[in-house]
Amino acid sequence: MQSKRLGWILLAPTLVILFFFGVLPFIYVVYVSFHSWNPFAVNPEMVFNGADNFRKIVFDAAFLNSVGVTVMFVFFAVLSELILGYFLAQAFMRDFPGKAIFRTIHTLPLIMAPIIVGSVWKLMTTPSIGIIPHYLDEWFGITMNIGTSATAAFATIVLMDIWHWTPLVTLTLIAALVSLPSDPFEQAQIDGAGKRQMFWHITLPMIAPAVVATVFIRLMDALRTVDEVWMLTGGGPGSATRFVGVHIFKEVFPKTNYGYGSTISVIVLYLTIVSCWLLYVTMLAPRSKKG
Amino acid sequence: MKKQSPIVGIIFWSLVSVLTLFPIYWLFVISVKPAVQLFSTPELILSDPYWGNYAKVWGDRLLRSYMLNSVIISTGNAVICTVLGFFACYALSRFNMSGKESIFFWTITNRMAPPAVFLLPLFLLMTQVYSVGEWRLLDTRIGMILVYCTFNLPFAIWTLRPTVDGIPKELDEAAFVDGASAWQVITKIVFPLCRPGLAVTLILTWVFAWNEYLLAATLTNFNARTLTTGLSEYVTTTGTEWGVMATISVFTLIPALIVFGLVQKHIVAGLTFGAVKG
Repeated sequence: MQSKRLGWILLAPTLVILFFFGVLPFIYVVYVSFHSWNPFAVNPEMVFNGADNFRKIVFDAAFLNSVGVTVMFVFFAVLSELILGYFLAQAFMRDFPGKAIFRTIHTLPLIMAPIIVGSVWKLMTTPSIGIIPHYLDEWFGITMNIGTSATAAFATIVLMDIWHWTPLVTLTLIAALVSLPSDPFEQAQIDGAGKRQMFWHITLPMIAPAVVATVFIRLMDALRTVDEVWMLTGGGPGSATRFVGVHIFKEVFPKTNYGYGSTISVIVLYLTIVSCWLLYVTMLAPRSKKG
Repeated sequence: MKKQSPIVGIIFWSLVSVLTLFPIYWLFVISVKPAVQLFSTPELILSDPYWGNYAKVWGDRLLRSYMLNSVIISTGNAVICTVLGFFACYALSRFNMSGKESIFFWTITNRMAPPAVFLLPLFLLMTQVYSVGEWRLLDTRIGMILVYCTFNLPFAIWTLRPTVDGIPKELDEAAFVDGASAWQVITKIVFPLCRPGLAVTLILTWVFAWNEYLLAATLTNFNARTLTTGLSEYVTTTGTEWGVMATISVFTLIPALIVFGLVQKHIVAGLTFGAVKG
């Protein structure tokens, strides 16, 4: 084993940068979360109010609603992405002409900026100028208005997320499927196992770490989504698409309720870390140590 | 498994590709329409393209400087994150430091922070604390490069860790026996072996930095503005110039497309995020 000092020297730049740009702002946010503060008001003074903000948050219907909406969004979007991504990854395991081109096309949404994705989907779905509501109306007689229908707005956001992030799931699962050994499958085939049995008893347990890792990334990013949703619906109509990231944004910018916004952020960050940590410790860490 | 005719695969993938490409195609359609036509009935097929928006964007000196800023900031950030992330992974992988697994998990928590509230402390720090005399970190390229490290450096560490862990320690030890210094082992032996993982990390961090909007919009005002912030300048009180916005979007997309196309084949190998060995 080499000297530990070298290890710390190699780690130092990372720790220093994350300290100055991650930890210090975080300490500031925690400090502000114990105050009532509106920096843009006539009287921009920070007033210490102890745990008032934290007490308020427990009974704050708007916040609890935004948590509920976010959980629903993460559930529907991530589940669809996993199922769709798995089938696409399986389809890519076969050889067919033009596979490389199709794979490149499939990964294109990944490289688009969230703010651009939000703008394009807004242009496609805004009533009267958007192409999707136009043809839905002309061909099927369905009226789709993301400005007034909560369901339409929510579904559009979920669809947009599926369009944007399924490629990432597909790529991760391709990587997992490629590395599967073929012996267990051959053995199972000899023993007369069906396709479904092979999926539940061999494929799924073996790609489980990759699935969990994907859920981990998507969960983390979905919880802090702002750009796309802000651009597409602004959190509306009503509070139908007001995810926690958007909720905090609204609390901080239009309402300039900085103290309370900080409290929500601290709580949301705490919940995110706890859920990701549980996922990591129970599913990812033991496997990587074993392997 | 059943042998399928290749036609089925091609038809299936063509359908998927149409769905995937449609929003990108629509972005292009909007970019070649004059403002008046935007509010007429939408048509699927493009007819009579209008290149005025492109001329406008290309002729805009400001936007060209934003483009340069974007290139410098995302390239600088991607290189720094990949190199520092590699060093950090080497340290975490090879040394028996106390609490290293906690440090490893802690790094990714920096990526989880809801961005809205962290804008103000970053703004205050960069105007009042990180300054020397007249010079402030706010609205500088180096400032944005460092700020982007908060989400890209943890990502780099998490993507590179399995790659570095996968290089056998015996290689290091053999080199030490031959009298190589630690620096030589890191740069001449481990670094080249990690090349596929490093390539993926470099590209993905580059794309994340290139696409970032909220931090750039708040922490820059003139000198270091990036292309994505240029987009919001066309959302005005008198209405949004969607055509110009779409054109800037196309300009934003092209470099990312080129960079991504270059490393297509490495992506699958490197994108396992610690989940797959191999």
